[in-house]
Parts: sequence; structure tokens; C-alpha cells
Amino acid sequence: MDKIETITGTAVPLDASDVDTDQIIPAVWMKRVERTGFQDGLFQKWRRDPGFVLNQPEREGATILVAGPNFGCGSSREHAPWALRDYGFKAIIAPSFADIFRNNLPNIGLVPVTLDPSSCRRVLDAVTKDASAPVTVDLLARTVTCAAAGVVDVPFEIEEGARYRLTNGKDLIDLALDLDEQIRRHEERRPFWMPRTNGQVESPFELSGVEQ
Amino acid sequence: MRTVAERTLVERIWAEHVIEGAGEELIFIDMHLIHEITSPQAFEGLRESGRPVRRPDLTVATADHDVPTSSRQVPLADEIGRRQLMLQIRNCREFGIELHPMNSLGQGIVHVIGPHMGLTLPGMTIVCGDSHTATHGAFGAVAFGIGTSQVEHVLATQTLRMAKPKSMLVRLTGTISPQATAKDVALAVIRAIGTDGGTGHLIEFQGPVIDAMSMEGRMTLCNMAIEAGARSGLIAPDETTFAYLQGRERVPAGADWERAKAEWATYRSAPDAVFDTVVELDLDGLGPQVTWGTNPGQTIDIDGAVPDPSTITDPGARDAATRALDYMGLRPGQRIADIPIRTVFIGSCTNGRLEDLRAAADVVKGRAVAEGITALVVPGSEQIKRQAEAEGLDAVFTAAGFQWRNPGCSMCIAMNGDVVEPGTHAASTSNRNFEGRQGPGARTHLVSPRVAAATAISGRLTAAAVD
Repeated sequence: MDKIETITGTAVPLDASDVDTDQIIPAVWMKRVERTGFQDGLFQKWRRDPGFVLNQPEREGATILVAGPNFGCGSSREHAPWALRDYGFKAIIAPSFADIFRNNLPNIGLVPVTLDPSSCRRVLDAVTKDASAPVTVDLLARTVTCAAAGVVDVPFEIEEGARYRLTNGKDLIDLALDLDEQIRRHEERRPFWMPRTNGQVESPFELSGVEQ
Repeated sequence: MRTVAERTLVERIWAEHVIEGAGEELIFIDMHLIHEITSPQAFEGLRESGRPVRRPDLTVATADHDVPTSSRQVPLADEIGRRQLMLQIRNCREFGIELHPMNSLGQGIVHVIGPHMGLTLPGMTIVCGDSHTATHGAFGAVAFGIGTSQVEHVLATQTLRMAKPKSMLVRLTGTISPQATAKDVALAVIRAIGTDGGTGHLIEFQGPVIDAMSMEGRMTLCNMAIEAGARSGLIAPDETTFAYLQGRERVPAGADWERAKAEWATYRSAPDAVFDTVVELDLDGLGPQVTWGTNPGQTIDIDGAVPDPSTITDPGARDAATRALDYMGLRPGQRIADIPIRTVFIGSCTNGRLEDLRAAADVVKGRAVAEGITALVVPGSEQIKRQAEAEGLDAVFTAAGFQWRNPGCSMCIAMNGDVVEPGTHAASTSNRNFEGRQGPGARTHLVSPRVAAATAISGRLTAAAVD
């Protein structure tokens, strides 16, 4: 994964609270088995409205989404972060996120930026007025800057583990596989009653009159 | 750092699963549940990196989201769904994972079959690429939903890197009305603390309301902890838990059962446990609840009326209410009982278990579905379907005009063709009333199985009379 230290770009404002994962990408997109190509599913229903912010030509090329509180509530579908990434977003700024969604973002190299509500409101208003206003997310300094909003070097929250991985481009699975010995020791002292599964693909039952 | 005497149940289970020498944030996963729609990309990742599944013997899979509930004749007409289901069979064969595919006796909604098989036990850590994994917390397990990158991580390492959630105590006191169920308790909790009231926390439910609740009801309540924004919910095991577990397929038997039960009985928060957040709710006399809006916190008593957004002081909540009423086609002050219903759905990981079907059948027995209503019952698993049929519940439903379907997620997520018609209202026992959740333009009202059944009979959102 690429290292991310700072992100500077224009922003898309999405002034609504509790934007759920079904709005970010509808469930029908989860029938796909590919890992990319979800950009057309992003906010699919809202994009049918020509006035929707993502349809404004001046928003083209934006890399930062500025959203309302509890962004990403609902399902655990990583398809929602995939759709945001495939569309071109690199960071999401919001006063708060739903837990699973926030945890999913850094795993694919997207930055969840939890910014205090008043600064977040100012950035949202400023980028609503001026689509060309640049916003900078500095992961090393852990600050947000949007001069047009009068927001300069304002600190934001991100879990230290996520920040470390993003800035160092670490693969989580590699990190855990290095701990094979420690994992093995844990496995040896698990309680006797822990259940096991059987590894078998169960055979279908007879459907009357139906060819299997 | 808290002492053992101050430790919550979540903190104890977490501590028992931390990989020593790896920092607090890497935990061992005791059971990994897989379904067809959030796992294909994870298996592909393993294949690309040449990594095996570390513990196929701690992994189990089924097909639930995509499967049709009407005809199961293969090959399926839905080409994209068929491709996904076939790929799941191939992935499970290749990596040696137990799979209960469509048309097998073990198939069902992943959160229904796990507990049914006895794979969900107190003190475990359980994950699945599905937010309603919270369901398994009902047994005193730490169980939560994860994304596909994390599914791949668990497959490859049987561990997960995750910050320990904060502990939240939700204590529920009083005696709920005989018309109310665990679903109404869940909706009342979300109504009280909000859809982000549990953010950052894992909720432990305690109190007289929980003590009196059945195992199925506890699963319903924990299932919806995610709708309050919590990572999950959990309930300490007690005699109700043990009575449910005893004799199940994968649960220890004989002397091992007694030994295991003695250990499980110690899985409770310490008497002096310190919770990060404490909420006490008096639910005395709680009646049936129904959602009027587009998130599960927008809930009201069934004999109430649609609220007026202009009376809401919080600007965010006011805007959300205004948008919700617009989407739902409702006006402030409209009586809930006057909302015309076109579809009734009984099923899902929230309310698709045998107790739910029995409760609905009790209400339906000897009555008929109202003119113009499409009503369907989708059992949570093949086993539950067959048990219900053995009790004659299918006959009660079909005689009344309900459709009796095959098991799966069905109209809860509307991926398999089971959809609510655009612009029409549905009474649904599922868990989310988000815009478009049950199909484009669908207007969902979340209710209990009893209310869903009574609504199918009357054609309006109705509480069932208690005999």
C-alpha cells in the first residue's frame, strides 16, 4: 500500500447527518465479485438528481468529501469505501463516523478525518460556496487546513494505529503473520469447549421434481 | 488500567483474546462466519498472495443474501447472483471451509444458523463480514461485523487488529406490556439513545427486562445494537442461555457440558465493574413500537402520530425528520394507524426464528390477510422452516393468505428480487428502514412479528390484541 502523508485537493460538501451505507452504495452492487469498478454505484440514487452536488461540473476531480455527523452508519459493506475510492476520493472529513465504516477506510488507503463540529461546519460552508477552495489533510501533523474557511492547522482525530499504517504504507496481514509464534501460543491454551467446524461442503437435499 | 474487580464482561473477553507480545490491539478470533457477498474479494486476495486459510476449522459459511426465496430450481435465473453463489462453493472447496449452500439442510441466515448449531457460545470472539453479527452477543460472546479487508485478515491469520471498544451499560427496568416484544425493546432503546448513541462502545444489556427475555428475544435485541451505532451488544449468560445451548449439535455434552457450564457461568461483569457510559431506561408498560422515518431511531408508539419536525430543537435531527417525511410521504400529525400498508414481511436475522414465527402465527390463526396486501413469511433457516412445518405454522400462514417462502435474507436487504414496490408502505420485521433498503422507493416501517401479523390482517399498522 502507498504511503500517505498529506492530501490536498478540492472538496465535495454533503450536508446531511446519518448518511447510511445503503445511500453510499445500494445493496445490488454487492452481487459483484470484483474488487474495483464501484464508482458508478456511489450515491447512485441521489446522482439521478441533476442538481446533486456530485453532478456539478466544478466538483470534478475533487478528492475530499466533507460530510455530516454519523457518516457511514449501517452495514459493514466495504463496497461503500470501495465506491468512494473508485470515484477518486482520498479522505472523508466528518464530525463523526459510524465505527465499522471508519475502521474500513484505512484498510484500503482512505483517510477518516474526525474534525470538531464547528470547524467541520466552516469547511463545509466554505467549500459549498467555493468549489475551487483547496483543503489539506496533513496526516503527519494530524491537522486540517482550509484557508477559505478560516480553518488553519486545526487538529483532527484518527486512531494512532490507522495513522501509523497509512503514513508507513504497512500491510496489516504481513504485520500479523510476523507474529505467528505468538498466535500459536495463544492457540495452544484455548479452552476445551471452543467449537470446531468440519470443513465439508454440505450436499444438497432432494428437491422434488427439480433437476439439481 | 482497571483491576479485575472493576472489569466488565467485554473487557474480560477482550483480555482473554489479546495475542501476547503483539500489543493490546491484536485479538484472536474463535469463530469466523462467512456469507456469499462480502467474502469473494477476500478469497481472491488470498489467492493472489498465495496465503492459505489459517484455521478453516474455525470458519463456517452459508448462502443467505442472494438466494431466492421462491423457486430454488437450479440454475438460477439471476445470472450475477448465480455466479456469486457458485464462486462461494468453489472458494470453500478450495480452502476446506464448511459450507451450507442453497438447498442444503444447514442453509439459512448466517446469524440464525450459528446459534442453532451451537457454534455461538459464551466467552467467544465471533466476526463476520456483516454488521448484524451483533446477534451472537446474546450468548455472552464478543461478536461484531467487519469489512472485506478484515475478512481476508481473519482468514489469513485468525486474528484481527482492532481498538478495544468502550463498555456501555444499558440497564432496562420495569415490566413491558404483554403486547410488546424484544423488537419493541430494541426500537425503544434506539429511540432513546439515538442511532449514534452507542458509537465507539460495545453495549452490555442488563436488568429485569433482560432477565425475563427469551434467548430468541435476546438475539433480536443484540442484533439491533448496531442500529444504535454500537460495535455490538451482549448479555451475560444465565440459565436461559444454558437451557438453549444444552443438547445442541456442537455444544459439549456429558461431563464436558457440566465443566463448560461452570466456566461460562463466570462470564459476567464484576459487581463493581466500571463502564465508560451508563444508561438506565425504565420500560415499564412499554407497548408496541413502529418506525415512521428512515432511520431506526425515528420510532414512535404504535398508537401515536407522525411527529412534527418543526417541534424538534436539534437542527440536524429536524432536517433528518423533514427529509424522512418527504421520502415516506407522510405529514406531521398523521396517525400511525392511518398509514396504508401494502406489503408485510416476516423474517430476517432480527425476527426470523421459530419463536417469531410462532408469535406471528398466533395472531394470524383463523384470520385472513386483508385485500390488496402482499404478505410473506421467510423462515431464518431451513431447519427453522422444517420445525415450523412440523408444528403446522406454514398451514396457518398459507390458509390466511401469506406466502410461505424458503430461507434467506430476502426483503430485508432486497438483493434477491424480493422487493417492496416503489412508493408503497411495508410493515417489516427486519432491522433497517433506510431509504431504498427494501427496494427503490420502498417505505419501510419496522415492527415486531406480532404487529406485522396484525397489520397483514387489518391492512393498517395495528397492535395485536392479547388473548
